[in-house]
Amino acid sequence: MPSFDKEKCRAMFSDPSWDFETIQAADELTTWIGKEYFKLDIYTNQIEIVTSEQMLDAYALIGLPTSYPHWKFGKDFVMNQNSYRKGQMGLSYEMVINSDPCISYNMENNSTCMMVLVIAHACQGHNAFFKNNYMFKDWTSADSIIDYMVFARDFVMKCEDEFGHEEVERVLDACHALMEHGIDKYKKPPKLSSQKENERLKRLAKAKHESYNELLKTLPPASRVKKTKFDKNSKYPLEPEENLLYFIEKNAPTLPGWKRELVRIVRKVSQYYYPQTMTKVMNEGFATFMHYHIIHKMFELEYLNDGFMLEFIKSHTGVIYQPPFDNPYFSGINPYTLGFNIFMDIKRICENPTEEDRYWFPNLIGRNWLDEVIYAMENFRDDSFIAQYLSPKVIRDMKLFAVYDDEDSEFYEISAIHNERGYRKVREFLSNQYDRSYRVPDIQVDSVDIHKTSKLTLMHKIQHEKLLDEHDANDTLQYIRYLWEFPVELHSRNRAGIDEDFMSAK
Amino acid sequence: MSNIVDRRKNAKGKSINNRQKFLKRVEDQIKKAIPDIINQESIKDSTGEGKVKVPIRGIKEPNFRHDPHSGKKQIVRPGNKQFNEGDKVAKPEGSGSGAGQGKGSNSPEVTEDDFVVILSRDEFLKYFFEDLELPNMIKKYMASTVDFRQQRAGFTKNSIPSRLNIVNSFQQSLARQISIRGVYDQKIKKLKLELEATEDAEAKAQLEEEITRLERLRLTVPFFDDVDLRYNHFERVPQPVTSAVMFCIMDVSASMGYHEKDIAKRFFTLLYLFLSKQYERVELVFIRHHTEAKEVGEEEFFNSRESGGTVVAPSLRLMKKIATERYSESQWNIYCCQASDGDVWSNGDAIDCGQLLKNEILPTVQYMAYIEIKNRGLEGYLWHAYKKLRSQENFSMRNINDISQIWPVFRALFKKKDLVES
Repeated sequence: MPSFDKEKCRAMFSDPSWDFETIQAADELTTWIGKEYFKLDIYTNQIEIVTSEQMLDAYALIGLPTSYPHWKFGKDFVMNQNSYRKGQMGLSYEMVINSDPCISYNMENNSTCMMVLVIAHACQGHNAFFKNNYMFKDWTSADSIIDYMVFARDFVMKCEDEFGHEEVERVLDACHALMEHGIDKYKKPPKLSSQKENERLKRLAKAKHESYNELLKTLPPASRVKKTKFDKNSKYPLEPEENLLYFIEKNAPTLPGWKRELVRIVRKVSQYYYPQTMTKVMNEGFATFMHYHIIHKMFELEYLNDGFMLEFIKSHTGVIYQPPFDNPYFSGINPYTLGFNIFMDIKRICENPTEEDRYWFPNLIGRNWLDEVIYAMENFRDDSFIAQYLSPKVIRDMKLFAVYDDEDSEFYEISAIHNERGYRKVREFLSNQYDRSYRVPDIQVDSVDIHKTSKLTLMHKIQHEKLLDEHDANDTLQYIRYLWEFPVELHSRNRAGIDEDFMSAK
Repeated sequence: MSNIVDRRKNAKGKSINNRQKFLKRVEDQIKKAIPDIINQESIKDSTGEGKVKVPIRGIKEPNFRHDPHSGKKQIVRPGNKQFNEGDKVAKPEGSGSGAGQGKGSNSPEVTEDDFVVILSRDEFLKYFFEDLELPNMIKKYMASTVDFRQQRAGFTKNSIPSRLNIVNSFQQSLARQISIRGVYDQKIKKLKLELEATEDAEAKAQLEEEITRLERLRLTVPFFDDVDLRYNHFERVPQPVTSAVMFCIMDVSASMGYHEKDIAKRFFTLLYLFLSKQYERVELVFIRHHTEAKEVGEEEFFNSRESGGTVVAPSLRLMKKIATERYSESQWNIYCCQASDGDVWSNGDAIDCGQLLKNEILPTVQYMAYIEIKNRGLEGYLWHAYKKLRSQENFSMRNINDISQIWPVFRALFKKKDLVES
């Protein structure tokens, strides 16, 4: 039980201007409530108060406290700054980083109510999600990301000194084009740490140094090792590889070591963001669910007064507002709304199930809602979460419907609505919409002509007849050509195994 | 335990470095936009801390992505009002581009076709005057107005308390304390040995007394003594100031309309900006003339309107007079820019001007530019008279009749000798 005087808290939290005591109180109270009432297991919080300018900086570095230098971040900064100055864009109230300790940036011009809200939202909700969701557990190491970014920054700067800005920039540009294709989906990467990375580099250099032999240099550079491994007819690689950056890093025939290292850095960063892109709905939904419950608990325990609650409810409804598809403000499905609604519905089904729920979710009936919510938070990602938990009630409440868009047809066809026949379809389609392949084309390394030309062949597997944007694909191919340093081909193959499209960079 | 940090006082501008990289990336576009910017009015307030906006077309970051118009897709949307399963809705006319943007809203792509980079004045000038140089730029140092800069120069024993260097003083103090105490310590050590050796009671008492005396003395070594104190020392380093004076001479007779004056003003502004890039101090002298010449303030120079005929020579005489009186040739870099519509009262006046320029003005000035603002038709007397001086290295003349020509003419006047005009 915290030692806070309820009366003092009420006064403090209803004073529109906050001080550090307010923030400390909000942090301690929410942490205590999160732990006692909602079983939240979190990283230690590091709450940082920042100005709008610093928030813009944080935006540009996609939330990390530091990153390697690159013009792309400068461009994002300039764009954000422009739209912020023109008033087209508001800055978010907080930004939270998947790190241990969990760093969250809070804007200095938040009102007291907003401060309490974002502390409950980010420092409890997101924080617990980062620590416990399986995607984050498997794919990121929160304790070492900042350390690694420091290593990456120093390494890139060292390369700039040694090899020139232009060359470093070209490598990074090329890698950025492949960021979406630099992700391991099935293997768990080892932990990152700048010290270990530096040691690894040193070992590499040392091994090279020791095994260097002037005599060997005069031998023809035949790939002796490869020959023993693969006979002439065998294909390399034996299995297709979907992590293009990884493949280039490990297999580009003549790429110098420092470039390989840059490829690796971008790949690691891309991997770090992978869970976040896969759990947007869940992450925001859970954080919103948590701030909603924590603030209500604080009110119930008389730490907050009515005025505070009015402001809170106004902000909360703003956050979960979902404009309908034909509204000018519509810009896709609001992940806060969808996630919050599903989590709230899990709670409702556990507590007050209807006949329909008994049929759809027999496993949830009569269970402890908190355990079920935590279980869902820990073990799913957006597509599986929706496939598992999107209930008919949420579909009805949000009036979800599915449209079939065939490029050859002159019509859109409504393929499912919120009725008995449509629930399963809507759920399936919406789940697919959050599947990675919906957004990112499936492109894999098919083969390398290791004996003659070193030509790299990539295979795009066409899904749902979606073709690549030709112009962008061509530019990207040029980037791959630059990294690979030998000709590159890209085949687009449909399900029947017929190549529909072909492009190359010689 | 949570950690609450106030970052607001931290240095902002983490992105400055990346912003510079980005600017470098769009350098070509910025340079291309410069003539347009001059044609717009934005340069007029160039003396202030103004900022300049340069529109940039998006620079692409390509990646493999789906063509949003291709394929067969199931799309889920919220807020159904009237649709039922199986309904068909016609695609909007010219299907594709119109519908496309809303469609792809799942991807966080931002449209960035046109966005604006805001350059600070310094950044802008850098691009603005790149590849240009001032002809005959000789740095004349002002003898009278020498500036001084403070420079750190080691330590000194005498100075004011606010410059006390504590670390250094403490080092001195430590050394002194150790060395002085060392003397006492040695003596005491010796006496103690003697004490152990003697048997005689009287001698013992004497030795003990001596030891206590020395030990008391040992404690009197002061922590800080005057000799320990060290102060940061600064030296005054003379900073020569390079300065220039720019004479702006403009014809304000009836024939100079708003349009002509506007062109002249823009040209003068450019020249001033350019000079202030090169010299630390630039003074301006405004001279206007119709039948007589007069030195005026900036406001009056550009804004008031007069009528009457044109006699040019008095303005040049006035300039010469001011230069001799106030800006001695040995200390000032003198620049002169004359703008006129080329009308003169008589051929005699024009010839006068030519003579003045040749004999009195050109030998003393660094550079003089003459711009004639009119549609090149018949050569006026003045143009004709000045033409003879074209071979002089520090004299240039150009004709301008439209705002859009200002920048090319300016570049032509000041381009680096080894660069061919693009």
